[in-house]
Amino acid sequence: MIRDPAFRATRSAPATDLSRRRFLQAGAAVGGGLLLSFTLPFAESGAEAADAVAFAPNAFIRIGRDGKIVLVMPYVEMGQGTYTSIPMLIAEELEVDLKQVQIEHAPPNEKLYGNPLLGGIQATGNSNAVRASWQPLREAGATARTMLIAAAAKRWNVDPAACRAQKGVVLHESTGRTARYGELSADAARMAVPDKVALKRPEDFKLIGTPAKRLDTPAKVNGTAVYGIDARPPGVKIATLAQSPVFGGRVKSVDDKAAKAVKGVRQIVRLDDAVAVVADHMGAAKKGLAALKIEWDEGLHARLTTEDIARELEKATLDRGAVAQNIGDVDQAMAGAATKVEATYQVPFLAHATMEPMNCTVHVRKDGCEVWVGTQAIARAQAAAAKVTGLPLDRVVVHNHLIGGGFGRRLEVDGVTRAVEIATHVDGPLKVVWTREEDIQHDMYRPYWFDRISAGLDAKGMPVAWNNRFAGASIIARYLPPAFNNGLDPDTTEGAIDLAYALPNMHVEYARVEPPGIPTAFWRSVGPSHNVFVTESFMDELAAAAKQDPVAYRLALLDKTPRAKAVLQLAANKAEWGKPLPERVGRGVSLQFVFASYMAHVAEVEVASDGTVRVRRVVCAVDCGIAVNPDTIQAQIQSAVMFGVTAALHGEITLKDGRVQQSNFHDYPALRMNEAPAVEVHIVRSSEPPGGMGEAGTSAVVPAVTNAIFAATGKRLRKLPVDTTALKRA
Amino acid sequence: MTHRLRINGTVRSVDVDDDTPLLWVLRDVLGMTGTKFGCGRALCGACTVHIDGAPARSCITAISTVGDKAVTTIEAIGKTSHGRAVQRAWLEVEVPQCGYCQSGQIMSASALLAKNPRPSDADIDAAMSGNICRCGTYIRIREAIKRAAQANGKGA
Repeated sequence: MIRDPAFRATRSAPATDLSRRRFLQAGAAVGGGLLLSFTLPFAESGAEAADAVAFAPNAFIRIGRDGKIVLVMPYVEMGQGTYTSIPMLIAEELEVDLKQVQIEHAPPNEKLYGNPLLGGIQATGNSNAVRASWQPLREAGATARTMLIAAAAKRWNVDPAACRAQKGVVLHESTGRTARYGELSADAARMAVPDKVALKRPEDFKLIGTPAKRLDTPAKVNGTAVYGIDARPPGVKIATLAQSPVFGGRVKSVDDKAAKAVKGVRQIVRLDDAVAVVADHMGAAKKGLAALKIEWDEGLHARLTTEDIARELEKATLDRGAVAQNIGDVDQAMAGAATKVEATYQVPFLAHATMEPMNCTVHVRKDGCEVWVGTQAIARAQAAAAKVTGLPLDRVVVHNHLIGGGFGRRLEVDGVTRAVEIATHVDGPLKVVWTREEDIQHDMYRPYWFDRISAGLDAKGMPVAWNNRFAGASIIARYLPPAFNNGLDPDTTEGAIDLAYALPNMHVEYARVEPPGIPTAFWRSVGPSHNVFVTESFMDELAAAAKQDPVAYRLALLDKTPRAKAVLQLAANKAEWGKPLPERVGRGVSLQFVFASYMAHVAEVEVASDGTVRVRRVVCAVDCGIAVNPDTIQAQIQSAVMFGVTAALHGEITLKDGRVQQSNFHDYPALRMNEAPAVEVHIVRSSEPPGGMGEAGTSAVVPAVTNAIFAATGKRLRKLPVDTTALKRA
Repeated sequence: MTHRLRINGTVRSVDVDDDTPLLWVLRDVLGMTGTKFGCGRALCGACTVHIDGAPARSCITAISTVGDKAVTTIEAIGKTSHGRAVQRAWLEVEVPQCGYCQSGQIMSASALLAKNPRPSDADIDAAMSGNICRCGTYIRIREAIKRAAQANGKGA
């Protein structure tokens, strides 16, 4: 069975300065610079670990004399299966079984572990772990394999070409001699690193493309998996907090007499814009928090409402934005069109509502700081702690953990900053846990977007002009400023441009408008979460205006994109498109090409007399290139569909008097078992490089659902979430 | 005040206020972190444990109401036949994604099977709809419950 030190390492006592220093020296002696940087934060027992490591050809692989093979994961596991699919890439070329490897979280080091598809940030997001790793991590595995074979060939004095590797053993074919990787590791470390390595042909893959069992599952069914919220350094106290209910507000006064009298409450920490109660356990901390009397200076946004923001965005779509894509001449084509179709669309702010509420454990000492957290961006977490404490980066150790739901929330490190701010006032380690109410009311939200879109159709009803202008926040502009250029960024526009359809004249503009008084962030399926809803709803409107079948209408525009055409045909066939349905039941379709994957969905919905919508069935066809772990792809689509249906039917964060009005799962509901649709996933066989799979299903399912509602009721929904009152039977 | 609890077959004493939720006694006082915090208001089921075999939301269960009833958590559910069958089915079907809610899901599912060894889809909906999974693993949860029911039926 897989032993996974990553799940246990976090329970170990923090590395002392002494053992860390010793480890640095020992590590340098055996493995060189790379070894140091990736073993440091995991030094359960530094000297011993360093002794065991004999071969570390790159930052991702360590092979010990004892044969232990450790793969270091640059991406973090938050349910998307990356702890299995990434090892599959390395293990395929290294020629080891997944059962032979152990997994570790990578430490913060952007040089080694930066994500080339995210501007070099060491982050897990935008569905690109497999995409970014596909070439380099197979090469990492192949390099190590080549050096192990070279070491064996030298030992046996034979031609390396006569040797091959399998299941962690090098074998000399003609003599039958074998040597295990562990026996070869010390010699392999002395072999020249090859400039170029040959990668396996897809037809020779043994692991890639097979449904692999996930390495993180066993610990997740018996309660032993350790998430950030489970960190328990010795002596840890628990804090919970109240942040200004209006964003940007400040604490005016605190009466903490009653809170201090609560049994188990140890300390009240007052910050400029938040108050925390430190206690022996969360029960006491929450009781203490409830007993606090806090007066807030609410600041600038005390009267802000969502309607104010929506109005500003709508206004912005009347002015010009930055041109994201222009094909042909839209104005001319529009002027000559037989029919013109126009619409506006809106999508709401959304919270992430990860099942694991925001939390972070911190121990601030005079000369160092330790952080225990589950983060999608570990180097940013480290930098955030360094900034608050004033310590140099190398004095901040971050222990990364499994993530109880990321969806973009844990790309942000506001929770780390907040926890360190509080912990600097506390002796000893402190775990800061947000209540669910705090988690929902102080999230960083999927932006509100407003779209103004129009199209011109020719006499046959086919689109000759497509004109789309939308306004909303750019998360990239804040998160990764160098990627925001000329008023545009690649995320905000994804799914609005580079459509799979042949549109002879197309013009897309984006106007960046940052809403006041509410922070925004990436949210599962990011830019496409909004753009695909708009483009695929509008494409449906065009089909309706042309009085054509929505699938046939789309197919007619896909001659130049055969992969898109194929997934659409497959989804329609499997969903029995065209087969009659009862009254108030309808099918809707969507097609998208985002995250480098092609996906088509057919949703089947039933609309009750009172307007309640039940999504009965979702059929998905996907071409995501080579399917690394087909079982994970199926799981991710099932998951993304539930996430998207949740948003379509229930998801909305609103502001009144500057405050987020929703607070917990009763007024910010998530889809439950009794509402879950059946989901069928059909994967197209492909030898193209892999596309992203963690998010695509979320953006794709939303318009399929609203298009199905249109089919069932004739009612076109242009604003999310679904308004059930509008769907009541007349 | 001191409370004596029977948790997973062991007697434990804790000194907390009477109204302290069982969840925090488990997680913060006793260090049993397998039981998860999700909402604090019995809305999500992440904190589900068994009290005398029945599922209970530990986040709203005051410690003073537990008395000498037997508390079972995810750490020990594998010692019961239903719990074991459910955990095995969860592995076979590859249910978990982020996994955070799965302790609660498994506790709800094993309580269901203990009471109703052959649950229908409607029974599963009724027993499991209090447990939210933001990763949306519902399809596999349903499949795993059916598989566990079958395994139990065979006396496995």
